[in-house]
Amino acid sequence: MSNNPHSVKNGNGSLRKHTISVLVENKPGVLARVSSLFARRGFNIASLAVSSTEDSEISRMTIVTQGDEGHLEQVIKQLNKLIDVITILDHTEDDLISREVALVKVHATVDNRSEIMQLATVFRGEVVSLSPREETMILEVTGEEDKIEAFLESLSKFKVIEMVRTGKIALVRGKRMT
Amino acid sequence: MNGAEAVVESLKREGVKHIFGISGGAALPLYDALVQPTAKDITNILVRHEQAAAHMAEGYARSSGRVGVCIATSGPGATNLVTGIADSVLDSTPLVAITGQVATRVIGTDAFQESDIIGITMPIVKHSFQPRSPDEIPWMIKAAFHIASTGRPGPVLVDMPKDISEAKLKEFIYPEEVHLRGYKVTREAASADIEKAAELVDKAKKPLLYVGGGLVSTDAHNELLALVDKIEAPVTTTLMGRGAFPDSHPMCLNMLGMHGTAYANWAVRDCDLLIALGVRFDDRVTGNLARFAPNAKVIHVEIDPAEIHKNRYAEVAIQADAKDALKKLHDAVKPAKHPEWRQQVLQWKEEQPLRYKKDGTLKPQYILQELADITRGEAILTTDVGQHQMWAAQYYPFNRPRQFLTSGGLGTMGFGLPAALGAKFANPDQEVWLVSGDGSFQMHLQELATSMIYQKPVKIALFNNQHLGMVKQWQDMFYGERYSGVQLKNVPNFKKLAEAYGAVGITVNKPEEVRPAMEKAREVDDRTVLIDFHYDPKEHVYPMIPSGMSVDEMRLQPDE
Ligand SMILES: Cc1cc2nc3c(=O)[nH]c(=O)nc-3n(C[C@H](O)[C@H](O)[C@H](O)COP(=O)(O)OP(=O)(O)OC[C@H]3O[C@@H](n4cnc5c(N)ncnc54)[C@H](O)[C@@H]3O)c2cc1C
Ligand SMILES: Cc1ncc(C[n+]2csc(CCOP(=O)(O)OP(=O)(O)O)c2C)c(N)n1
Repeated sequence: MSNNPHSVKNGNGSLRKHTISVLVENKPGVLARVSSLFARRGFNIASLAVSSTEDSEISRMTIVTQGDEGHLEQVIKQLNKLIDVITILDHTEDDLISREVALVKVHATVDNRSEIMQLATVFRGEVVSLSPREETMILEVTGEEDKIEAFLESLSKFKVIEMVRTGKIALVRGKRMT
Repeated sequence: MNGAEAVVESLKREGVKHIFGISGGAALPLYDALVQPTAKDITNILVRHEQAAAHMAEGYARSSGRVGVCIATSGPGATNLVTGIADSVLDSTPLVAITGQVATRVIGTDAFQESDIIGITMPIVKHSFQPRSPDEIPWMIKAAFHIASTGRPGPVLVDMPKDISEAKLKEFIYPEEVHLRGYKVTREAASADIEKAAELVDKAKKPLLYVGGGLVSTDAHNELLALVDKIEAPVTTTLMGRGAFPDSHPMCLNMLGMHGTAYANWAVRDCDLLIALGVRFDDRVTGNLARFAPNAKVIHVEIDPAEIHKNRYAEVAIQADAKDALKKLHDAVKPAKHPEWRQQVLQWKEEQPLRYKKDGTLKPQYILQELADITRGEAILTTDVGQHQMWAAQYYPFNRPRQFLTSGGLGTMGFGLPAALGAKFANPDQEVWLVSGDGSFQMHLQELATSMIYQKPVKIALFNNQHLGMVKQWQDMFYGERYSGVQLKNVPNFKKLAEAYGAVGITVNKPEEVRPAMEKAREVDDRTVLIDFHYDPKEHVYPMIPSGMSVDEMRLQPDE
């Protein structure tokens, strides 16, 4: 809710998910500075992936944060104040190729094993481990967030033992840099 | 040359003349470097508490415009600096804090006096460094001063592991400049923004300037005066902006906000254009944001992009150094007169001036009026936090920037005495007065020793109401006079306390004793003087806009 009709920060914009790429100095403590900033300012992190880049001195953080335009503006401006942050790109309007990976360990008996495998095939997933004696199976699926969600949803009728999922990584299609 | 000597050599290159601190195990190499003959240009000031070292460095910085430097050992020394660092980040003060750290090979092992000061201070510094090789030191110190003093000023921490302090450098090369690809400062105002701003200024019927700490830190008072005289607009300053515009100017409306003047707050309510210069729309200023300057468009001149649109949307945002923006804006606007608006504002000033009840007893406001008179409004004034701070801001006439040093953003009790001493180190020829409260003063009174030993005499006006007055005022007004933890009970005897340190102590109970006591204090120039003023704890600060409310709920001094 807005307590000030003028304020951008409190504007009643929609709570969209925004993906931003943050290029940072590849130095010790940088992740701590970024996460400390999110904690202190009360910004949420829906997903975070840190990786090396083509330049060994630079790391990339791909961050998904949820909030209105004012929230996003503050996230970007406050991140920009960190000395170790080199550039930030807001991908809200970009044509993005994005991926997440999920690994799911399910209880798989002789009876339902093939059904589970079929399901994985539908999502172009793979069975990466199978332990018939312990009746477990690990599935891997890669894709955009929606696909992972749908996959997990359809697995929910089986007994999921444990699950792990990466943060989102993304690149902008075409010549524009990410 | 070892790492510690490289630190000291780098400080010299930065023109540092004074550093404030306390030594200890991990800082021994640094302190040893400070007694080398090559370090003779740097005065190493031994204080009595590291927090006071940080506040002294702040007082030094704010009164002079130079970067303040403080130093502490690892562990408790470093953690004692934390409040001072937090104070300087909220009040945008350029500070370099140097801490000792345990040796790199034992970092992370809970070694003796190890504390992760980089981690602890991460949310309250502009940046921090910890060299992993002595050869990084010259570059890091250069970068620390560059970051602390440019853009929006702030604190930078340099944490020095003991083994790095002791290790030899290959070669000491001090960089001419540093390039940080993640740190860029825009100083110049874009001409398109200036044009848009000038258009709004030319159209405005009731313009008001709202001026703050950013204007002080860039020393743009002359540019401000020129603009004000060209467009004939009234000016109100924040607590941090006091002195940026002279109180003696007829268009000066004193402070706005919670304890601002009625006429400043009314001008904010009625203005149709608010020209905000180096201010951050703090909640002590705006109260309820929705009802702050409800009829105004906003031009916001601000060096930190993150402040723009943070609390209040600005129709025109000029992201630049206020000094540059003011010069350009001055050239771009048409000369203007606003006779009706001017008339209105002057009438408010006359109708509802700052006032207090005169009943023959000693009043805190009267003490400040006398102080203003006897010092001709020319002293550097520092304060602590509470009622006395608000009265000082309201009643002392400030006519130049860097004259009023106070803890605004963090509101740190105990800031005042060390800040006064820092100001005296930076301005030994100026008269420095501390306006303190009996609560706040007891948080850093140990620094009386520092004032005596380094012969930096300051004058202390102790506003003694035997209470944590500001908190008591809130308990009076909003908690049904249920006093909880606010009675200080008239302990200690401050006159004797001052004397114990070799300072002069004077006790004042009646209005007629004020002037002679101040005269006596001003005659003493070789020692610090403390005047203990006793007055009625019932006195409240007015006007007051209760927290989160607006000018419509402003409470004025009751007439009775
Ligand atoms: C008990 C108590 C009561 C208080 N009551 C009041 C009150 O009634 N009224 C009041 O005003 N305050 C009051 N305060 C102080 C208040 O909390 C804030 O500290 C103060 O209002 C902030 O002042 P400012 O907006 O000038 O910003 P500052 O904190 O001084 O910040 C300066 C701003 O200028 C920017 N800046 C810096 N350099 C430049 C440059 N070169 N060019 C352009 N911009 C620059 C900075 O980025 C920053 O945004 C009170 C404090 C206490 C402890
Ligand atoms: C370090 C610290 N602790 C607590 C507070 C909360 N506080 C604000 S004003 C105040 C009372 C200050 O009393 P005093 O210094 O005697 O000044 P007075 O208000 O009486 O003028 C207190 C406790 C604070 N600002 N700082």
